[in-house]
Order: sequence, then structure tokens, then C-alpha cells
Amino acid sequence: MPVAASAIYFLNLRGDVLINRLYRDDVGGNMVDAFRMHIMQTKELGTCPVRQIGGCSFLYMRISNVYIVIVVSSNANVACAFKFVVEAVALFKSYFGGAFDEDAIRNNFVLIYELLDEIMDFGYPQNLSPEILKLYITQEGVRSPFSSKASDKPVPNATLQVTGAVGWRREGLMYKKNEVFLDIVESVNLLMSSKGSVLRCDVTGKILMKCFLSGMPDLKLGLNDKIGLEKEAQLKSRPTKSGKTIELDDVTFHQCVNLTRFNSEKTVSFVPPDGEFELMKYRITEGVNLPFRVLPTIKELGRTRMEINVKVKSVFGAKMFALGVVVKVPVPKQTAKTSFQTTSGKAKYNASIDSLVWKIRKFPGQTEATMSAEVELISTMGEKKSWNRPPIQMEFQVPMFTASGLRVRFLKVWEKSGYNTVEWVRYITRAGSYEIRC
Amino acid sequence: MSGHDSKYFSTTKKGEIPELKEELNSQYKDKRKDAVKKVIAAMTVGKDVSSLFTDVVNCMQTENLELKKLVYLYLINYAKSQPDLAILAVNTFVKDSQDPNPLIRALAVRTMGCIRVDKITEYLCDPLQRCLKDDDPYVRKTAAICVAKLYDINAELVEDRGFLEALKDLISDNNPMVVANAVAALAEIQDSSVRPIFEITSHTLSKLLTALNECTEWGQVFILDSLSRYKAADAREAENIVERVTPRLQHANCAVVLSAVKIILLQMELITSTDVVRNLCKKMAPPLVTLLSAEPEIQYVALRNINLIVQKRPTILAHEIKVFFCKYNDPIYVKMEKLEIMIKLASDRNIDQVLLEFKEYATEVDVDFVRKAVRAIGRCAIKLERAAERCISVLLELIKIKVNYVVQEAIIVIKDIFRRYPNTYESIIATLCESLDTLDEPEAKASMIWIIGEYAERIDNADELLESFLETFPEEPALVQLQLLTATVKLFLKKPTEGPQQMIQAVLNNATVETDNPDLRDRAYIYWRLLSTDPEAAKDVVLAEKPVISDDSNQLDSSLLDELLANISTLSSVYHKPPESFVSRVKAAPRADDEEFADTAEGGYSESPSQGVDGASPSSSVGTSSNVPVKQPGAGSPPAPAAMPDLLGDLMGMDNAIVPVDEAAAPSSPPLPVLLPSTTGQGLQISAQLTRRDGQIYYDISFENGTQGVLDGFMIQFNKNTFGLAAGEALKVPPLQPGATTRTLLQMVPFQNIAPGAPNSILQVAVKNNQQPVWYFNDKIPLHVFFGEDGKMERASFLEGWKSLPDDHEFTKEFPGSVISSIDATVERLAAANVFFIAKRKNANMDVLYLSAKMPRGIPFLIEITAAVGVPGVKCAVKTANKEMVPLFFEAMEALTK
Repeated sequence: MPVAASAIYFLNLRGDVLINRLYRDDVGGNMVDAFRMHIMQTKELGTCPVRQIGGCSFLYMRISNVYIVIVVSSNANVACAFKFVVEAVALFKSYFGGAFDEDAIRNNFVLIYELLDEIMDFGYPQNLSPEILKLYITQEGVRSPFSSKASDKPVPNATLQVTGAVGWRREGLMYKKNEVFLDIVESVNLLMSSKGSVLRCDVTGKILMKCFLSGMPDLKLGLNDKIGLEKEAQLKSRPTKSGKTIELDDVTFHQCVNLTRFNSEKTVSFVPPDGEFELMKYRITEGVNLPFRVLPTIKELGRTRMEINVKVKSVFGAKMFALGVVVKVPVPKQTAKTSFQTTSGKAKYNASIDSLVWKIRKFPGQTEATMSAEVELISTMGEKKSWNRPPIQMEFQVPMFTASGLRVRFLKVWEKSGYNTVEWVRYITRAGSYEIRC
Repeated sequence: MSGHDSKYFSTTKKGEIPELKEELNSQYKDKRKDAVKKVIAAMTVGKDVSSLFTDVVNCMQTENLELKKLVYLYLINYAKSQPDLAILAVNTFVKDSQDPNPLIRALAVRTMGCIRVDKITEYLCDPLQRCLKDDDPYVRKTAAICVAKLYDINAELVEDRGFLEALKDLISDNNPMVVANAVAALAEIQDSSVRPIFEITSHTLSKLLTALNECTEWGQVFILDSLSRYKAADAREAENIVERVTPRLQHANCAVVLSAVKIILLQMELITSTDVVRNLCKKMAPPLVTLLSAEPEIQYVALRNINLIVQKRPTILAHEIKVFFCKYNDPIYVKMEKLEIMIKLASDRNIDQVLLEFKEYATEVDVDFVRKAVRAIGRCAIKLERAAERCISVLLELIKIKVNYVVQEAIIVIKDIFRRYPNTYESIIATLCESLDTLDEPEAKASMIWIIGEYAERIDNADELLESFLETFPEEPALVQLQLLTATVKLFLKKPTEGPQQMIQAVLNNATVETDNPDLRDRAYIYWRLLSTDPEAAKDVVLAEKPVISDDSNQLDSSLLDELLANISTLSSVYHKPPESFVSRVKAAPRADDEEFADTAEGGYSESPSQGVDGASPSSSVGTSSNVPVKQPGAGSPPAPAAMPDLLGDLMGMDNAIVPVDEAAAPSSPPLPVLLPSTTGQGLQISAQLTRRDGQIYYDISFENGTQGVLDGFMIQFNKNTFGLAAGEALKVPPLQPGATTRTLLQMVPFQNIAPGAPNSILQVAVKNNQQPVWYFNDKIPLHVFFGEDGKMERASFLEGWKSLPDDHEFTKEFPGSVISSIDATVERLAAANVFFIAKRKNANMDVLYLSAKMPRGIPFLIEITAAVGVPGVKCAVKTANKEMVPLFFEAMEALTK
């Protein structure tokens, strides 16, 4: 059954109900007490996000300082329920201007009630597009940027747009200057063994789009992915152009992309929502360019002293540079004294996370930096358990670099009025979970 | 920008409700709106603002959409508690459902469907009929869901008014969202009915597949989920469906992806072409892997489903094992599931890599995870014969780290490896024995002992090793005791020398005479008899070749697996249980004769507490409950047999000295069970029983002197027992003449000398006097003497308690010997024993009673008794957090219902 929820609760960390909505009659209004008693007040919290208590199941997520709990008593669609929560939070954030926490809920409870009534009916998720909802659910202070003319009356054809085939875009948009911004944001995930061999490595990327386009434009996006290029070549019956191509393991698209067409022609064509949205996500595991190599050596000298040496090499183009590089080297809990030497950046010991934190603001390509540290430990007598060395973690961002090698080849915009469009493309690669075991 | 609604939560201290009332009736619009917001704020924080019902409803007729929505929200919450006043709102609802603004029309229908008051439901039909045919798709899509709501309240009405047909028409609607909601509503209605209502034909199939391309992400989920019930006619049709569904795998919404995977897996069963199947498997892998980059909660759902998928079709993810490697910061529930999948995907090809990972995990911080990682190594060893040796060497490396729980877990899995590959890896036993003295967990100890026993002939000092365990035999948990017993017998049979001979004597003695555990005792006696009658036979039995164990990592049987796969993405697939095992709602089958039963079955549990208090409808179970007078204990009503001792107790309490003790034993009081017959007691006969009077526990004891002389100086002592019952005063028994009988009540106090261990009902008593040796006898503690007078529960709290306790806290037992001849008498008798009646209902020809009882310091017992009047056989179900007491509880209930 595609039902996603019988009731939804927003609780603060103490377990007080901030707001709730019962959608169906099959769970009692007091079931949240069971959640408090059997999950929040026990060690169970955080051991499993789906729990059965009595005849009901509880699905819960924590987002900032709020627990969002969904209660169901039937064999509900869990994936749908969790996705609904994620989308609902995104919707609230877009209404409140970014923040979603206990205060934001209290400050907007009337609006939230109204939205909860609209986005789910009898446990079935309805339209959650902020774009469309903002047409007719407005609040003082939270007015959609489009209805700035302050008409309290709902847009007359709002209902048609909610249910329309293009349920994510309003009609009749007008911009003086038609612009599209594309951001290709990649996270590199790496797990490297202490011996320097790559255990797993992948890139999850997303293409964020910001559209300021008039009318109902049709867009087509071309990337340098192998299958897309081959298909194109095949359709136009000419040989594939040389140049670097990449192989995407998987892609997922925003609901505006015509999936059937992607499946048959391998082209990404869509009518975009207005404003900002996530057009697609992709994943690549083959041929990843790792931006950094990390070479740690950790020596335990006796029971009370350690020598740590970490060398970081940047392996992207010499003209580029990385920003906000942070290397976190875990040290044992009983660390007493540390001393550092770095070739660039600053290092210090952070006791709250039991790590040496080495920060380099700007790291040019094709260079290397080292940090050597001496750590003195408090000698502990009865410590039987040896120190389990957690991995070294790294943070960074490299603008204009893609670890996958993905490039946007073209973005075509067709609109019946035939206006010209300006397109902007940016690339950035960030560290996802970049871990080196030591 | 953010709102400032938090101001509505701040309240003036005194007279909040009257103040709100005044504001709600203000002549200014803005003030009224603010007041309604305050009411909603109060409702949100759980205050009861139902008394403002009329005032809030008065604000309903407004042009302001925001205010209207707030009033509607209030109505949804409180209409049920004010059904008569809710009718006031009907007019506005009906009017709103004809408003020119489609948003208001939809709002009215949506809200009316949420108000579950019969009178309102009647008025809902006409507006609903109109809205189903509304020009505006937004209204139609709302009306479609409303049909499902109405069906839930009154299925008959929906069928009579032809709403089902109207709903089916909506499947052909030109708006995809209307189609999606109509499909969702029909699927739900079909779910709660046994009659075929919504059957997908090849015609609807093609319509739905077309709508799939156009509707919202959620609509796609509704349609895909209902398509998953469709059985394709042949391979061609199946291929066709799969082809249309496959593009959905690229959707950003995880629910769409999982529902698409579900359909593809189901249709694949029919597809015969291996190429097509292989191709599909290839296509499904990347989207499944992508789910692992979602939020951890969604990852968890995905992993539980992937667990099922790899059991069915291991090839899909055979090459993707790396994506299941745990990240250091993954939440524990994600790590655990990843580990499980890694074991399933482990093969000869990737085992080296997998072992390196497991070894890494075995040094992490979280103890549970570490243990699971160690166990995973063992399971791989059992699964992959060629890798077993490598697995063992990793385990030995881990043992060398000497982290206590790692060692213990490793020993447990090595035992399993020995059972899988007997006589192969015994060379490592010596290493294991080094860690012998660090073992403190029962399972690890038991495993080690099993290994020693099994390979006693190859371990030179096996007898010494076992002997070191034997010293603490009486203190060991049952698991270890059983293994010690068996291991010693094995040792003796393998090395029948002097040392083991002595050991076996000691063990058999310990395990028979000195133990209370029947399992241990029985096993020991069997060994004893075997050894003493035919040692050769003993060898055949004890040292017989054991069957080789197999890998349990594909534990689900294929029919269950198929059922779970048909439920991908639902709770069922997360729990790995079929839906009917955790969904309590029964299909409301429209069987005319059983309708009443279905009604009352609902009434038993799911009725809201507020209705229970009303007890309005006389046909419901609530009504009947008020007909049965609940006897208060100690009210002294003469017909109740148990009330007699009460009077007696009072008399004795009032005038202890005057009334001769033997006279107190009035003929009407039931005779006490004889515990020490005069034959054993050299003429003294003792009869006794525990009873409860006026909230106190007494030992009702009587002495009969059958000896030739006077007996005096009686003293009594109680051994440690589960409830720590001890004498609360000295035993007052006058010197007893030959042939005389005396009976007395000895006050008892609980929780004095509590015996550790599993609860049992044994009360060991010692009685002495100046003339005879000390007499020991055993009595049984009836649990109901502990039931407090405060055990009566409110209906609502009973319901809540019953719901909040997990199902594994429910226990059921049949008392074949008990008969209920009259409900009233039984209820009265139980009430006298402080088991209080709460409600009853009829289930076919059976009566179901709900009762509660409470132990001091304990947790209440929630009781359900099912029986047919006059027919032997009573079924008793109990829910309690106090699991250990359940066997004793049943004993007591059986005695009370006899």
C-alpha cells in the first residue's frame, strides 16, 4: 500500500510535541508517548530508524534539533515516508528562508499546519513543489518572490498548475534577461588503506541549476559521457569526436526530465522549474582523478610518545588551487602534549575530537605540504585495549576541477518566442568522505 | 524571512479559556483570527480547548482562507469529542463545497472526509458526488482520496452511492494527478475488502503505464505499487511492462526507484529469455547502489531491501561488494546492514578483500559492531570452504589482540567452524586454550567447553581444563552447566581414567541433587542411566557423529522471500516479516453474519478513549460493561464465597484473646491443604495456605496434634524465595493438647529475603516445636496474593498500556480444566482476588473479558480471558512488561478460574 503515514509528529529533543498532524484514524493520538517511552528514553535512539512498538511502526529522522516521527499501523511504504519527510523539510526550509529547527517550527506553526494539510492527504503525499505551493499558500512575511504585488487572492489557475502535467513550473513567467546558471558539484569519496591502495573510490556529483527563463522553455543538456556521445553519433551517423569521455555509473533526474526520452535517446531534455533546483545526480567509480594523495607515517615510540608525519600532494593542474584544506589526524584520547612543524598552513590539537587538525587555506596544484608532529601521551597502566586507529579524514574544495572529468558540452534552450539565453557554468569538487586508514 | 507565530504560545496565566472565548467572539476580524491562532497553539501543546467548540465554529464562515483552514483544523481534532455540535459546521461545509474558488471546494471535501462523525458523513455524500465530477482537476483529485476516507468510515454507503464506479471512471481522467489519486484510493479500498473491486485489466494497464510518464513523483509511486499486483499473461506482456517501467530507475525519488525495482523483479519471473534477464539485472544494479548515497534512514531501507534482492538474484550486485564497505562515520544501523550484505556477497573471488575489511571493523569502537564483524568472519568461513583457512588465520590474529570481547566472539565462531569442518583445524586449539581464563560470557564459555569435550582425546590436559571450570559449577548459568555436563561425559567416555571418573561423579551429583533446573537434571539422569547400564551404548549416543552444519546467511525460505519481494519498499520488507504478522487490522470482510463481530472486535481495542468514557452506544462492548457491577474487594457482600474469611479476619483482629483459636476455624471456611501429613510429622499435621486480606498477606496455618503429648513452643521460618516472603510477626500458637487443632493467621511481609534466579512459586517452610525435630515442607505461593487492591485500571489506560507493549510481551495459555459457569460469578471471584474487570465483548459464542491486576513494585498485568460459558476450556492471554512472572501468573489464574 503506498500509504506513507498515519500521523506525523515534530518533537524537540526533550520529546515535547512541537506540531503534529493525524492523517488517518488507525493510530491513537497518544502513540507518540510510546515513542518517547520506548525509544527516546532508552538507548534505542539511533540504533534503528524503523521500530515497531505495540501495533504501530515508528519511522523517525533527526533534522537539526527536531525529531520527525511518522507513525503507521499498516504495511506502509517506508521509502515513500522517509522521502516525504526529506522533501517536506526542504519545502519548509524554502518557506522559512533556510533554517529548519525548533524555533522555526514554533514561529511558523500556522503555516506548517496549512502546508501539512496540503502536501499529504489521508497519508498519501501530494504535490510538494515549493514553486507551485507558494502560488497559493502564502503567509505574512513569507511571500513568494513572484507575488510581490501583494495580492492576497490566490492565483486563479493555481489549481490547474498543481495538478498539471508540468506540475513544477508556472505559466507566464517573464524575465528581461534570460539566464541559466549551472553548477557541477562533485564529492569525492575515498577509502584508502594504510599501504596506499585504494579500497573504494567514487564520485557523487550533482548538477544544480538556477533558471531565470521566460515562458515555457525546452532545454537540452549535453555532457561528455560516453553513452550519450555514442548514441548521438549513431543518430547523426557520424564518428564520435575524439576527446575525453567518461562513463557514468548511474544517473538520477529531477522529475522534470523526460525519462522515457532519456532511456531511448540518451538525451537530457526538460522543462525546468523556475529558480534553483537539482537537475540530476550521477555517480562514477571508474577513472576518478583524486585531487590529493596523502602519505601518513605514524610511529609509536614506546608507550608515551608518537611521531606523526603526514605528506599531502596535490595532483590537479598547476594553474588550479584548492581552498579550505583540512586534514584531521586522530590521536589517542590520552594525548597530553603536542608539537608541530608544517611546511604550510597551521596545525593544532583539538581535544574534543581527539585529532590533530591541520588547516591550509590555499593549496596550489602540483605541490606538496608536510606536517610532522610529536605527540606525548599520558602513560596509562591498565589500558588493555590498544588504540584503534580511526582513519585520517580530509576536507577540501577545488574550484574548476571535476574529479570525474565531467564537462558540459552544451545547453540548448528553445522557446517559442526565440529569445537568446546566457549560460554560465561552474565546476567544483569537494571532499565527501575522504578517508585514509593509518 | 520567518514568521513570528511563537507569540501565540505565550499565554496569560489566569482564565485563559474565558479570555479566548471573549476574543473569539470579538467584533474585529483580526482579533478573531489571532484568537483562533491562539486556540490552535494551545491545541498543539496538548491543552484541551474543546470547550471552545461553538465559538470556534462561529468563526468558520469567513472569506479569509487562512482563518477558514485553521477552523477546519480545529474541527478535525475535536469534532469527534463533540459530535452533536459538529453538526453546526455542516451547513458551512456544504456551502463551501459549492464555492466558486476550487481551493475552497477541495478544502471542504477534504476536511469533511477527515471528520469521522456519522451525522457529518451523511451530509458528505452529495458534495462528494458533485466534486468527483468537478471541472477542476484539483477538486477531483481531492475527491478521489475522499472516497477512500469515506470507505474507511462507512463502506456500505460508498458502495450504495456508486462512488466506486465514479472512482473507476477517474482512472480514465485526462489529468495524471487525478488518475494517480484514484489509483491510490482504489488500491486502498481493495486492500480492506475481500471482494474484487479494483482489478487491473490489460486495458487499465496501458492507461496506467501512460499516466506514469506524466504524473508527479508520488503519483508514480501509487501507480507502480498498484501495478505490482498485476500478473502478466505471458513473457511478452511481462517484457512490455518492464520496458515501460525501466526508465523510472533513473528517478531522483528513492520510492519511485524501489517501486520500479519491485515490478521488474516480479515480472522477471515470467521472462524466459536469459538475455533479457541478464540485461535487466545489469540495469538494476546502478540505481540500487545510488540509493546508498541518500540520507542514512533511506540507506537503511534500501539496505534491508537489497538484502532480500541479493538472496533472490545474487548476480545483480555480485560485482558491487565494494559499495557496501562501511564508512567510518556511517550510523551503526547502516553498518550492521552493510555487513550482512557483505557476507551474502562474499565469494571466493573477493574474500581476501572482504576479510581485510572485517578485520578492520573488528578493531573499531562500537562493541556490537565489532562482535558482528567477528561473527561475519566465521560465517564466511562456513560459507566458503576454500576460504575457511584464511578466515581462521584472521580470527587467530584477532585473538592475539587480546581484546576481551573479540576473543570471546572469536571462540564462539570457531566452535561453529569446527562443526562445519570436523577434524580439520584442531591444530589451533592450543592457541584457544591460552585465552581460557579471560572468558566470562556464558556463550563463549559454553563454546570453549564444547570444543574441549569434543576433542578431549587430542587435548593432553583436557581433564585439567574442565576441572578448572567445574569448581564454579553451581554458579554457572544453565547454558554453561549443560555444556560442562556433556563435555565431562565425553571426556569420561574417551579417557575412562581415574581423574575423569571422579569428575563425572561430582558433575552428576551437582547436576541432579543440587540443582533446580529440570533440563539439567533430566540430561544428567539420562547420562547417569546410560553410563551405569551400558557404557558402550553411551558411547554410541554421546560420541555419535554429528551432522555438519551449513551456512545460515541465506536464511529466508523461498516462499517467504517471494512474499517479501512483492512488498519491496514497504515495512514488511524492512522487518523481513510478512505484512499480516505485524498489521493488526483485519480485512473488514463484508460477511453479513460476522458484521457484529467485526464491530466489537474494533471496539475492544481501537476505539478512542474519549468514546469509551461516553459509553454511548448500547450495542458496543462499552455498554455491556456498565451492566456488570464490579464488586469492590472487602465490601463484604455475603454471597461471595471469598468474603467469608474477611469477616473472620476482622473478628480475629478485633478480639484475638477471647475467641478461641480452634473455634475461629469455622466450618464454613474452606479446609486448608495438608502440607505435612501426620504420618511424616510423627503425629503432627500441618495445613496452610497463603491468603490476602485487607491488603495484607497472611499465612493461614493450622496445626493438628495427633501425638500423645502436649506440643508447645511453635516457631516458624521461611527460606529465601522469589518474593522474599517472610514472617512479619512471631507465630502465636498456644500449647496444643493431644487431639486438639488450632488455626491462626500469620502476617507476612514481602521483599525481605529475596532468592535470586528465575522466579518460582516454591515457598520452603520450617516449623519446630519443643518436643519434635524441625519439620520442613514446601508450599506453593499463589501469585494472586500479591495482587494489590489498587490494580483496577481505567479503560483508557488499559487500552494505552495494551497498545504500547510490544507483541512479544503477550503470552497465552489454555486452562483446559477450567470452566466458567457464569460470567458474573467469575468476575466477582476474580475481583475478590484483586483481578479487576474492565470490559467484555462477545466474539461469536465466546465471551472475552478484559481485566487488570497489579503487583507491588511491579508492572500491571493486562489480561484477556476468552471462554464459552459452561464449556470447559478457558483461554487466558496476558500482556505485561514483567515477563518472568508470566508462568506464575498463569498458575494463579488457573487456580482462580477453576
